[in-house]
Formats: sequence, C-alpha cells, structure tokens
Amino acid sequence: MSAGAEAQHAAHPPVAHKSSRVDAGTLGMFLFIASEVMLFGSFFTAYFFIRVVNHEPWPPPQFHLPVFVAFVNTVILVTSSFTMHWALQSIKRGNRAGMKAGLVLTILMGLAFLLTQMLEYARIGFNPSDGAFASIFFGLTGLHGAHVFIGLTLLTVASVRAFRGHFTPEHHHGVEIAGIYWHFVDVMWIVVYASIYLL
Amino acid sequence: MARNPFRSEAEAYRFLLLTVGYVALIVVAAAIATWLGVVVFVVLTAAVVVLWVRSRSNEPAMRPAVPTHESAEDERHILVIANETVGGDELLAILRDKSAGVNEQVLVVCPALNSPVRTWASDEDGARSAAQERLDASLARLRRDGVQAQGEIGDGDPLQAIEDALRTFGADEIVISTHPVGRSNWLERNVVGAARERFDVPITHVVVDLEADATVL
Repeated sequence: MSAGAEAQHAAHPPVAHKSSRVDAGTLGMFLFIASEVMLFGSFFTAYFFIRVVNHEPWPPPQFHLPVFVAFVNTVILVTSSFTMHWALQSIKRGNRAGMKAGLVLTILMGLAFLLTQMLEYARIGFNPSDGAFASIFFGLTGLHGAHVFIGLTLLTVASVRAFRGHFTPEHHHGVEIAGIYWHFVDVMWIVVYASIYLL
Repeated sequence: MARNPFRSEAEAYRFLLLTVGYVALIVVAAAIATWLGVVVFVVLTAAVVVLWVRSRSNEPAMRPAVPTHESAEDERHILVIANETVGGDELLAILRDKSAGVNEQVLVVCPALNSPVRTWASDEDGARSAAQERLDASLARLRRDGVQAQGEIGDGDPLQAIEDALRTFGADEIVISTHPVGRSNWLERNVVGAARERFDVPITHVVVDLEADATVL
C-alpha cells in the first residue's frame, strides 16, 4: 500500500457494508415511526378496552365533546399536509419561495391546531381526573398534541435552514424527513379524531 | 395504491390521502348504521390487504431498466450467481466449457446470505466475509484453469444481486448455481424462474450437489 493510500485510509474509517435494498435513512425513519405506532397503539388499546367494558352509552352522558371545533381543527391539520407537500414539490422544482411559503404556512396551521386544542382543553368542562373516559381522552389527544409540537420543532428547523438557503432541488433531505413525520402526525390525528369524536 | 410511505414525503402524502378516504367511508357508513360501519371497515381493510399482497407478489415480475449488452462475436461476458455452491465441480466445468474458444470475461457474484434481522440492521460483515472466502477459493480454481474471472460480493437477495451486477457488467449470459431440489432455498423461492421473467438475458441453471462431490472426493 502506498503512503498516500495509507494516509487516506487513516483519515477515514472504512465504508460500512450495507444492503442495497434498505437505505439507512429510510430504515431509521421506519423504525422511529414503527415505535410511534406502537406507542399510539398502546393508548388506543386502553381507549377501546375502556369503551368495550363500559356498557353505558359512549361517551358517558356527562361528557360533551366539541365535535365541530375538532372537525375544524382536523381540516386545519389536513390542509397543513397540502402545504407541506407543496413546499417539497416547490424545492424539487427549484422554487425556493414556494418552499419557504409552504413551510411557513404549515407551521402557522400547526400552531393554530395546537392553540385550538389548548382552548378546547380549557373550555371542555372536565379534567383528566374525572374518570377513565376523561383520562384516556386527555391522554390520547395530549399524546398527539405532543407529536404536533415535535413536528413543529422539526418544521421550524427546516424553515430556518430554508431561509438560510441550505436546500436545493437535489439536496432537501431536511424538508423530506420533516414532511414524512408531519404526514404521519396527520394520519394519527385522523384516526384519533374518528375514534374519539365520531365513532 | 401507495408504496412504502416511509420512503418519501410524496408517498407519505399519498398514504395520508388514502387514510382520509378510508376513515371517511367508515365514519359515513357508521353514521347510517353501526353494523354498516363495521361491514365497510371489514371490506375496506380486506381490500387494502389484498391490494397490498398483490402489489408485493407482482414486484418480481417487474423488469428493471438495466443496460443491455452485446459483445463482439469472439467475446463472451458471463455473469455467475452462486453462493455456497460457488466452488462446485459442476459449475466450474460449465464455466470452462462456456469459456472455450472465446475471449471470456466471467464475473462471479456471491450473494452475502444473511438473516433478515441482520440485513435490516445492515449488519452484513459476517455474511460478506464468509462469502468472500468461498469466492476467493472459487476464483483461484477458475484462474488455475485459465478462465479470466473476477468476483464480487452481492446483495443477499440473488435477484437484487443480479440487477446490481448487470448495471456495471454487461452480461451476454447469466449462470445461476444452486443446490439440488429439496436442499436449495433459492429453488424453493423460484429464484431461477423469477430471474428469467425479470431479466432479458439468457439464463443457465446449474445444479451443484456438494454432498455427492464430497462423496466422490
């Protein structure tokens, strides 16, 4: 081995062997979301267990859920997925302004969702200690709210980087990963909303 | 049908839209009658599972866009896919025959067979080193017989290994070496048939009986 090759070898660790089928980034996102699905799954299991063993009308008569307000919140969150998708499509086409606008709109709608949820909590008329239904209601919706907050943090980081010009049509992994997470949060809300408020 | 929603934002977005439609149909049906909601849930879920299974079973039939290759008349590029049977007498004999009288280039690809868990964790070092040892021994025998052979370690999935190799090595012919029926995992998975469907290159299947070879020796 030549001296140059040795120096190069010493400066960099050997390239790791990996399967050509599973990209490391995809695997990481898959494992992360799989763990999140299991976390939500445990809360849904508790929710449906309480619902099945409770033979009273569901939800119990003393609890009144603001279905319409939650519907408006659902529309806001689903719309934020459209703007997120628009942001990514924009940067793929080299439209930086579109990406920035899409990210900012997504963040604003995410904030509106969280704010509405906080107002809903303040005016709903019961608290987590008012029985099993109240506990699981705040548990599930609160868990989702925490995920919205994490998503907003990711989107804020992506936005700061977008305004600093870090993303190009070829390199926009930071927006892509945040987008996948945001859509996952939306999918979870659809299930939470349908289960708790509608069915 | 959405593909893996974790691969890209676009797929995740498509998955979200499908989820909205799926849940909306169930909610509307449940609003009409609870039993109808249950029926719609069961039917839609079954439909999603069937579509998903079908899309997975159709995947091997898809022909990948790999570059085609045509050698000169006196040249022959042969791609060999073999793992445990890579040093088998039958395989080496066939390669000697195919190389006779032509300017041959043989690329032996040895898939690094691994457990699914290790593959998913990209922990392939052990499988690769084992495959490398077999490959080195086989290449040494081929070169001793005057066959111009090179070798490399491929993906654990033999079809993926062929596809990867075809992208860099224009092959006139593919030789797939397996254990006999009953002992070959590749034959059980119909790797040879799937390869014939998937690649526009003539494929020769060689059965190597290592136990018989050992008995003869």
